[in-house]
Amino acid sequence: MKASILGRSLRPVAATLAAAAIGLGASGAAHAQAKEQFIPLTGYWVGPYAAGGSGFFGGMVDYLTMLNERDGGVNGVKFTFEKCETEYNNARGVECYERLKKKGPTGATLVHPLSTGITYSILEKAPQDKVPIISMGYGRTDAADGRVFPWVFPLITTYWSQASAMINYIAKKEGGHDKLKGKKIVLLYHDSAYGKEPHAVLQDEAKRHGFDLTLIAVAHPGNEQGAQWQQIRQIRPDYVILWGWGVMNPTALKAAQKTGFPREKMIGVWWAGAEEDTIPAGDAAKGYVAAGFNVAGTNYPVIREIQKYVYGKGKGEMDDKSRVGSIYYNRGVVAGIITAEAVRLAQERFGKGQPMTGEQVRWGIERLNIDNARLKQLGAEGFMPPLKVTCQDHEGSGLVKFQEWDGKQWKVLTDWIEPDRKLVRDKIEASAAAYAKEKGIALRDCSKEN
Amino acid sequence: MQFFLEVLIGGLLSGVMYSLVALGFVLIFKASGVFNFAQGALVFLAALTTVGLMERGAPGWIAGLIAAILLGMAVLAVRKGRGAALGGRDWRKAGMFAAIAVGTILLIHKPLPFWGAVAVTLVFMVGVGVATERVVLRPLVNQPPISLFMATIGLTFFLEGLAQAMWGANVRGLDIGIPDEPIQWVMDRWGVLVSSFDLAGAGIAAVLVASLAVFFNKTRIGRALRAVADDHQAALAVGIPLKQIWAIVWAAAGFVALVAGLLWGARNGVQFALTFVALKALPVLILGGFESIAGAIVGGLIIGASEKLAEVYIGPMVGGGIESWFAYVVALLFLLVRPEGLFGEKHIDRV
Repeated sequence: MKASILGRSLRPVAATLAAAAIGLGASGAAHAQAKEQFIPLTGYWVGPYAAGGSGFFGGMVDYLTMLNERDGGVNGVKFTFEKCETEYNNARGVECYERLKKKGPTGATLVHPLSTGITYSILEKAPQDKVPIISMGYGRTDAADGRVFPWVFPLITTYWSQASAMINYIAKKEGGHDKLKGKKIVLLYHDSAYGKEPHAVLQDEAKRHGFDLTLIAVAHPGNEQGAQWQQIRQIRPDYVILWGWGVMNPTALKAAQKTGFPREKMIGVWWAGAEEDTIPAGDAAKGYVAAGFNVAGTNYPVIREIQKYVYGKGKGEMDDKSRVGSIYYNRGVVAGIITAEAVRLAQERFGKGQPMTGEQVRWGIERLNIDNARLKQLGAEGFMPPLKVTCQDHEGSGLVKFQEWDGKQWKVLTDWIEPDRKLVRDKIEASAAAYAKEKGIALRDCSKEN
Repeated sequence: MQFFLEVLIGGLLSGVMYSLVALGFVLIFKASGVFNFAQGALVFLAALTTVGLMERGAPGWIAGLIAAILLGMAVLAVRKGRGAALGGRDWRKAGMFAAIAVGTILLIHKPLPFWGAVAVTLVFMVGVGVATERVVLRPLVNQPPISLFMATIGLTFFLEGLAQAMWGANVRGLDIGIPDEPIQWVMDRWGVLVSSFDLAGAGIAAVLVASLAVFFNKTRIGRALRAVADDHQAALAVGIPLKQIWAIVWAAAGFVALVAGLLWGARNGVQFALTFVALKALPVLILGGFESIAGAIVGGLIIGASEKLAEVYIGPMVGGGIESWFAYVVALLFLLVRPEGLFGEKHIDRV
């Protein structure tokens, strides 16, 4: 009797499960024919770096969702997403990449690892899987040489370009490069591969322009910098370049206040130039300047479109809507623009209205030419620099703007500032050539690419 | 000489900040012989809860959950009371639970002023401490210390997740009204830079240490704590209420975490990295001994001063960034001379 009661009571459960299975099968069949472009979101929404990860991926998803809502995607192909939490951990990043690379009708379109470590971890895997890697403003700098790294795109600008652009900015402030002679500049850096990245470029610039460069390391995580700032106080530099990450940045700003160093003379790298770096420092951050390859703010048509078509329909990614328009969020929007434009370009070549494979999208990224006219059409004029990618040049821009924190928000101080292109490019090519030699990679002949 | 003095004073004041975190570890270790891995997470949770309450009040779901648990406990207290014929006392308990439950509901989406937020966080941290004793530690009484240690590792990840689930991943600032600027008259008189914030932090830590020292050495609860730490079973056998003692200690550790969280949060911002301040406390504990409040303070001073002096005078020779591991070198050197730490108790076991 008990068994039959059990059987009866389980019947609806079995029916539900069967219906679910049929439903799944049906959706799987639909999936195979769907006009969908799958974007893997290997990001971080919890853990120590969640503020940056949630902002960046929030912006990217919101932009692509806006295209889905407003235009029905790209020529009718809608973007779909799946999140995978990496917590900024390399092993988990690789796991997420492996899990998502084959999803969607054509597999992963491309991947934004948002971590230099994860970028390095999948650097050799992704080309085998034919998935392009976009590492905007991070990752391996010499991957800007597309002849050696056809699948990797450190787009817009690299650490080396940025370091050089910072010196150009200082020179501009001082009234010319000749005024740099005899000046004292301190690089306060995160003691990691990331923090050591600008050393060579800055040392070259110091030699060339005759300024005195002092390198001061801060051990991870950087929540204690008393000793470093006492050294800085003794050196009495004209400028401090802050190459920090996470808690190191507000701690540096607070320590600068404590030692009386003017924040106007502190210039941060773009990973030290978000609201997450300045708000915790309170008043100590007032006047601080940071470089950025995207600006903050909501007063751009592209952001207004997101607010209208995404948040207006209650579909936004950000729980805290005040973060829309923040530096990390807007950087994610830039990532969304680049992703969509690459897909659009690939479709023009390989079939309008069709989902593109990773290989086809790679072709598209390598031919991106987002000029000012296109930026205007996209509602992003002044929001990001123009971008022209080629087979040789996977950086595509190298420009940064400098922004000042006024205590409440970032204010743009300059127009797009150029790096010393020759210095940077020579270094990139030398480093990429050494890598190619080590790995036995033959350089692509870009004249034969169509 | 002036520069040396400045580095030394800066180091000593930073050391006091490390001691503040180390204190939380010492409290738990003294009472239960357990190294509480979750102390860093408690600091983070406390600071984030305070700024979260100031910014937007309690989130609905967590306030609802806490209120529901408290009301359930209130009902249980009444029912237990009837059975045990202790109605009067349990009605009081039930009333207390119900009042806190109502209070929690009233906090939903109501931003609080600083002191209000600190008070509510204190109650919350005491609750977290008591709940930890109930759910995590009580089932592990008389288990080997390694089991308790592992449980605190689990607790760390839970608390870190809970904090971000409650308040989000945003990084926030915290202004506790103490300026972090050089004290001008010290500067004018001696040319030495001393931050008013660091000095105030040291003062707060000193008061906290003094009151905890009195609590441990001069009160019955303090003596009971030490007995519990020596041997759970023996302490139970002589009638020491182990569960109550543990709950008190965890609540006190929650309070210390709140103070540390507020000071460190005001110093560097309230963000996940607050959990890393625990790393700063470890060499202090190794050096000072896990059971000594005085050791936490003296250890903090030695570690703070030596790591700063090393960073300034040895760092440039080896590329810098040495203070984090240099602190451990100092602690290990001390261990060579005094294996139980500077103020640790010598354990002699009968063979």
